[in-house]
Amino acid sequence: MTARADHGDVLVVGGGISGIQAALDLATAGFRVYLVEKAPTIGGKMAQLDKTFPTNDCSMCIESPKFIECDRHPNIEILTMTEVERVDGEAGAFEVTLRKRPRYVKEELCTGCTVCVEYCPLPIPDPFNQELSNNKAIHIFFSQAVPLVPYIDERCLFLEEETCSICVGACKNHAIDFQQEPELRRVKVGAIVLAPGYSVFDPARRGDYGYGRYPNVVTSLDFERLLCATGPHEGEILRPSDHKHPHRIAWIHCVGSRQITAGAASYCSSVCCSYIQKQVILAKDHDAETEAVIFHNDIRSYGKDFERFYRRAEALPGVRFVRSYVAVGRELPQSRNVTIRYATDAGGVRGAPADSLRGGGRPSTPPHIQEEEFDLVVLGVGLQPPKDASRIAERFGIELDPHGFCKTSPTNPIETTRPGVFVSGAFTGPLDIPESVVTASGAGALCGALLSRRRGKLARLRTYPEERDTTSEEVRTGVFVCHCGANIGRVVNVPSVVEYAKGLEGVVHAEEGLFVCSTDAAAQISNTIREKKLNRVCVAACTPKTHEPLFRDTLREGGINQYFFDMANIREHCSWVHSKQKEEATAKAKDIVRMSVARAAKLEPLEEFDLPVTKRALVVGGGVAGMTAALGLANQGFEVQLVEKEAELGGLARRIPRTLDGLDVQAYLRELVSKVYRHRLIHVAHGATIRSVSGYVGNFRTALESEGRLLEVEHGVALIASGAEELRPTGTYLYGEDPRVLTQLELEARIAAGDELAEVETVVMIQCVGCRTRERNYCARVCCGQALKNALALKARKPALDVYVLFRDLRAYGYREDHYRAAADRDVRFVRYEPERAPTVEATTSEEGRAVLRVAVHDPILGQPLELDADRLVLSVAVVPSAGAPALAKLFKLAQNPDGFFQEAHVKLRPVDFAADGVFLCGTAHYPKHLQETIAQAQGAAGRAASLLAQDVVKASGSVCDVKEHDCVACGACITACSYGAIDFVETARGKKARVNPILCKGDGLCNAKCPTNAIVLRHFTDEALESQIDAALEAP
Amino acid sequence: MDLAFILRAFAKGADAVMIGGCWPGECHYVTEGNYDALGSVYLCKRLLAELGLNPERLRIEWIAASEGARFAEVMNDLVARTRALGPLGAGEGLDAAVLARRLRAARELVPYLKLVERERLRPPRKNEQVYRDHFASEETGALFDELVVARLAVSEILQLLEESPLSTAELCERLGLSASVVSKHLASSARQGWVRYDVGERRFHKVRSTHEPA
Repeated sequence: MTARADHGDVLVVGGGISGIQAALDLATAGFRVYLVEKAPTIGGKMAQLDKTFPTNDCSMCIESPKFIECDRHPNIEILTMTEVERVDGEAGAFEVTLRKRPRYVKEELCTGCTVCVEYCPLPIPDPFNQELSNNKAIHIFFSQAVPLVPYIDERCLFLEEETCSICVGACKNHAIDFQQEPELRRVKVGAIVLAPGYSVFDPARRGDYGYGRYPNVVTSLDFERLLCATGPHEGEILRPSDHKHPHRIAWIHCVGSRQITAGAASYCSSVCCSYIQKQVILAKDHDAETEAVIFHNDIRSYGKDFERFYRRAEALPGVRFVRSYVAVGRELPQSRNVTIRYATDAGGVRGAPADSLRGGGRPSTPPHIQEEEFDLVVLGVGLQPPKDASRIAERFGIELDPHGFCKTSPTNPIETTRPGVFVSGAFTGPLDIPESVVTASGAGALCGALLSRRRGKLARLRTYPEERDTTSEEVRTGVFVCHCGANIGRVVNVPSVVEYAKGLEGVVHAEEGLFVCSTDAAAQISNTIREKKLNRVCVAACTPKTHEPLFRDTLREGGINQYFFDMANIREHCSWVHSKQKEEATAKAKDIVRMSVARAAKLEPLEEFDLPVTKRALVVGGGVAGMTAALGLANQGFEVQLVEKEAELGGLARRIPRTLDGLDVQAYLRELVSKVYRHRLIHVAHGATIRSVSGYVGNFRTALESEGRLLEVEHGVALIASGAEELRPTGTYLYGEDPRVLTQLELEARIAAGDELAEVETVVMIQCVGCRTRERNYCARVCCGQALKNALALKARKPALDVYVLFRDLRAYGYREDHYRAAADRDVRFVRYEPERAPTVEATTSEEGRAVLRVAVHDPILGQPLELDADRLVLSVAVVPSAGAPALAKLFKLAQNPDGFFQEAHVKLRPVDFAADGVFLCGTAHYPKHLQETIAQAQGAAGRAASLLAQDVVKASGSVCDVKEHDCVACGACITACSYGAIDFVETARGKKARVNPILCKGDGLCNAKCPTNAIVLRHFTDEALESQIDAALEAP
Repeated sequence: MDLAFILRAFAKGADAVMIGGCWPGECHYVTEGNYDALGSVYLCKRLLAELGLNPERLRIEWIAASEGARFAEVMNDLVARTRALGPLGAGEGLDAAVLARRLRAARELVPYLKLVERERLRPPRKNEQVYRDHFASEETGALFDELVVARLAVSEILQLLEESPLSTAELCERLGLSASVVSKHLASSARQGWVRYDVGERRFHKVRSTHEPA
């Protein structure tokens, strides 16, 4: 073991999306981060997914730029194939021992050329492709891997029996080293973020539905790979037994989840309903003729825009959602098709634990059994704790919860039981990607609070050589054509493209490279820029979306302005899509390069400008979200102005006595409020309204009116935590007309106040009142939990009480499933209803002469009407955006979704950012959510905001609009086109002219297209540059 | 999408132009510029028809970044349809020189088109159906004829006069228009100071372009 320990600030364990986000936030906020990953690359499970719900973004495409960002960040050190051996010390001063497994490839020598992979004689099942196809014993984990270096699998012939070492000879750089031994290393850090993710339920262990025996039964993760263009069959869905296109595909829900049998999880895995819908949509995209049958229980589309996504999948032709209980499958020997036997409501079924009405004289009818045959069966497998969870717990000195995930504080889902060790992502329980990202940012905030005095001490800044003045130079373009391993080179004749480029106007240098983006090659480009005095650079390779920042950086290293760069995409736009037409693809690559060179010649040097950052936050909304975010920021050392419209802090939580888990919300709230008031960095404005907002990221100025006083606040960031409201369902089910009809919150208040139940015999709850309708096409997420909570509370108070819950889908996602089961065990009766046959209510007298509310509903299981005489009717009503949301949207220029909730910048990867820079979002203003989710999200928003406030300056892009005043006729066309308010008229010596505020300009160029005199130009995308590109496209080569 | 780019591509000999955009409502910018592109395309299609070109040569398609397969389908379809239409101009039976002149005339008109679009032709709401109905309506058609068609003829007259001074009769012959229509355009152009009549030559001369200041 080495004696010396390296110093850092934070150790992030796990290089999936959550760990990556935590590392990036912390590094940007000025901390030195070790990012430890046991696999050969960072990326985690998200890298294996084809697309992400509910937007169907390509998963790898949105994740991989973050890999590169981590790789290039001066404050992040990525340690792959590495695991934590032991953790000594305490919060603020941990000493961690790391163990790095041998990769057998020297990372510092390898160029990622993959010649070794071609020479390796041993095919092995590819772990990245779920072993559905083969790779070589030496291979790069996936093509966007970071580091982009192969590793040698344990199944290698040399490692097994020392019989082959072809790769050693094949490697020109002598990077392969079979002598590598495990290495130990010690690092000192102040805090730890645990983000080890989850494991996928393995149906092979129990042979569920024939998995492991029948080749045409696959898991949903297998199916992700089958769907994916980088998958085993390059995006063709071929079934394993005969590599034929399956036409009839079945999906089975809840495999390994919502089961109390051994080896499975009792909780709901939360993500499967939506990912199955995604897979159905994608399968139909691949082949419109696909017949899809989805065997499901409750459909839990509880997240933002999930309900619409569900409806979209359901409405596709040839798609059947069958509410059923799947019994068994068997394989047909000839076709190897698989049959599914299932029972539906039609004859009475008991699928979910509480799906049936216990007692109450329900006749037990035999289930209606059917059998159908499928070409392929996909098992919707659930999320489980990491396989090594208990070892993680032992090594890090933390406790696990009863399900085997990380035990967290009931009031802080990001804190483990050990101070200084925080947790993010799916190790806290089944979470989806945005929640994993949010908790990562939240963990960043908590680390930031713990280590606020160390911020910036170990951080490193990049330095660049001075920029060369090129104004008087002729255009001297360098063209670098990338093979991208075999990705481009296998199809496009790269040398011929290089030769062609040499003949183009302005080109003084052209060369090829195997991976132009590799660290070595990039350094070489910088040298070439200096040596050949290049002043324009074209890289013909992949996409600017992922690689432009890298190459711009390379230009800066070469001492020229970073905007002298253009990228010709000859991979996605060429080699990948024309892989079978090599000659045509080569001709097209030349066309693309010619256009790029033409544009590059017209590029101008641009300045990015520094904007100072006012180190203060404005938090709008004094509920749990706003207060938590305010404290999160203040604890990290930033001043906060908290704005609350009411006279009192607390928001909607003031109406919630307890959570489903039993947390005393009021006690928690009292403590939170007192912490806020006591914090010296937090200022609270009560009874406040925002009058105006001006400025931009880093430099906002907001005018407030609070209790008759006017107040002006300068702030660098704003957090919107304006909350939501419970819908008042006046006129629905006699609400507002009959005092026995209550909302869940009203009932909860009565229960807390010691409601008199002596006269009450029957309580009926109706779910989905005012939501999942055409008008409000979303699920309010919290009501099923509320109903369970109140039903259990009523039963605890008076066990003889009859409690009925009339529901559509019981959305007890995550651990709430356990409460659902508990409620069923305590004889709470759950009756499903169809929206077309919604319950009806009338105030009447029962047979015994009691005044009752008679609830009539069609019971789909009995297939007949059911009448319930209730003493109380409780409505689970929609949660709606707060009335003030539209005004806030206008003031801060924020987007709202069709339901009126605020719209984040990116559903998956920027869940608490707004598209408007410097403004962040948390709590129910984003979407209805439970208290713990709100707390986690508020901490996430505080983390994101802090990583901005930690900067002394923010950079604004140079690609913004500008007005040539001479040509401006002050017609105002640009001003009406700009929704960002970036253009105003100013009085000049030559009269009224339009002027762009470059800080507000987003560079979308709409004003350009509207200007009748071409007076307004979008820099970097000028008419001259684009026209030269159009002309070059149409030139005969 | 600047109208000038579309016309430039045709002027440079593109047989078809396709504009790809994000689906309505999915624009990355709050400006929702894809509707503006849609509006430009509707306008430009009418303009193409006026030039004697098949409006099918211009197409706008919504293709999300995740819809690679759809992109390929659209492109293959575009190529097949364009092949059927034949080369630009030749497919429509237009003389190459005439087409070039008309495209020049149309490009000269872009600044004016932008003004007219904003003042008179912009649909009331950003909604695909509203756009479709708006540009298909008789009212918009009449407005287009009134505001654009006449100006296009004027622009073409100026193109011809730039080559050499011409008499009304010569212009009528070149343009294939009646004497009364051409006279009307010449009279209004003279009022605007774009052309002048040389009494001695008995021919019209171009003075300046429509978008150049007096």
